[in-house]
Amino acid sequence: MALVEIKNVRKSFGALEVLKDVSLTVEEGEIVTIIGRSGSGKSTLLRCINGLEDIQDGEIFVEGQQVHAKMKKLRELRQKVGIVFQAFNLFPHLTVERNITLAPIRTGRVSKAGARALAEKVLAQVGLSEKIDAYPEQLSGGQQQRVAIARCLAMSPDLMLFDEVTSALDPELVGEVLKVMEDMASRGMTMILVTHEMAFARDVATKIVFMHQGRVWEEGPPSELFSNPKTPELKSFIGSNH
Amino acid sequence: MQNLNFQQVLRYQDEFLHGIVNTLEMTAIAALFGLLIGVVGAVLVGNGPRPVRVLIKAYIELIRNTPPLIQLFVIFFIFPSAGIRLAPFPSACVALSVYFGAYAIEIIRSGLASIPKSQVEAGECLGLTRFEVFRYVVLAPALRNIYPSITSQLILLLLGTSVASQIAAEELFHTATFVESRTFRSFEVYALISAIYVALVVASHIIFAVVGAFAFRWPVRR
Repeated sequence: MALVEIKNVRKSFGALEVLKDVSLTVEEGEIVTIIGRSGSGKSTLLRCINGLEDIQDGEIFVEGQQVHAKMKKLRELRQKVGIVFQAFNLFPHLTVERNITLAPIRTGRVSKAGARALAEKVLAQVGLSEKIDAYPEQLSGGQQQRVAIARCLAMSPDLMLFDEVTSALDPELVGEVLKVMEDMASRGMTMILVTHEMAFARDVATKIVFMHQGRVWEEGPPSELFSNPKTPELKSFIGSNH
Repeated sequence: MQNLNFQQVLRYQDEFLHGIVNTLEMTAIAALFGLLIGVVGAVLVGNGPRPVRVLIKAYIELIRNTPPLIQLFVIFFIFPSAGIRLAPFPSACVALSVYFGAYAIEIIRSGLASIPKSQVEAGECLGLTRFEVFRYVVLAPALRNIYPSITSQLILLLLGTSVASQIAAEELFHTATFVESRTFRSFEVYALISAIYVALVVASHIIFAVVGAFAFRWPVRR
């Protein structure tokens, strides 16, 4: 069974159809990178996978469970699917430790006593152990994004979604975040990313999905897609990114 | 100018003290229940079913567009004909709770609206329930955003308790009218309670500042 199965999904914002019959399968351990011009529907597709957007038609399954079903089921599902946003979305009033441990404590995966150890463990994975008692505003953008990743890791997810996570960062801070993501990839985490980092897509991804006008226009392994694009749209997209 | 004579007035210090305590008590009770109305009302006006939302909006408009004194009279003079009979002090507490609640709903609603939707999404994506997102993600930053407006509304409430003297609820202003009728020292009496009100307001500001500094310690971008 595939980890994520997207079947014939249609999604509209009012009269504007942004996803037109999109189907996509992601196997466990895959690192799928979704690329495409802005407005091609790639972020919307990602947000549909954990139910942040409803859909008008089609179905999405994660671990065999339908995403667009009951709220309670969706909540259980979300505990297994981490998402990292472009704007970090850390909780400003909570320390790094509390940001990380809030959900694990509330959902009963860790006791209050064991929470700090959990925070220490995931912060070590993103190289920010010394920031455990800091508030988000005291961190750089790159550090905030790494905390956001650690916050997801604390839920030990089976799948991680990344929505343009380096787009809001200063250029010199992009590398530290990508490095953490590479680490996760090498440890076998299943990941779906929307990104403009073409080098990262080429080097780390196992599959590239090129979206255009709300459809999956081309998909395949990076070596194939980048060196031998079949459609003129992908050709021109790759050309404009070099 | 007539000679000032505070001595006569100050002989009633026990009555004034009683008035101060009652004013503070009335303010505290109305603040507590008003804030409760405010939080529940603000959540319902944002997420409740349509009839409830309409009802709450009607309540807010009704209260904010009529004098508090009239609201007090309705509860004290008209409610008894519907079988609800309350003594002056409880009547005043109810009236002021209802009055403060209407403003509190609007203020708290604006506070909840000031929290970006992305914060709610981040909480929901971590598998938190809607209530948990409200309680642990939205509430504290929202309270911080509305703290200046809710505290100044609390000051207005403290000063507004003086209307309760109109139904002979025993608060500070009522004490003043009582002492005035005994001593005929109008100027001294009202000068004295004015000074007391000023002192209470200044003390409140200091308490709010200390509580705010303690409760809202996280750094924010300006």
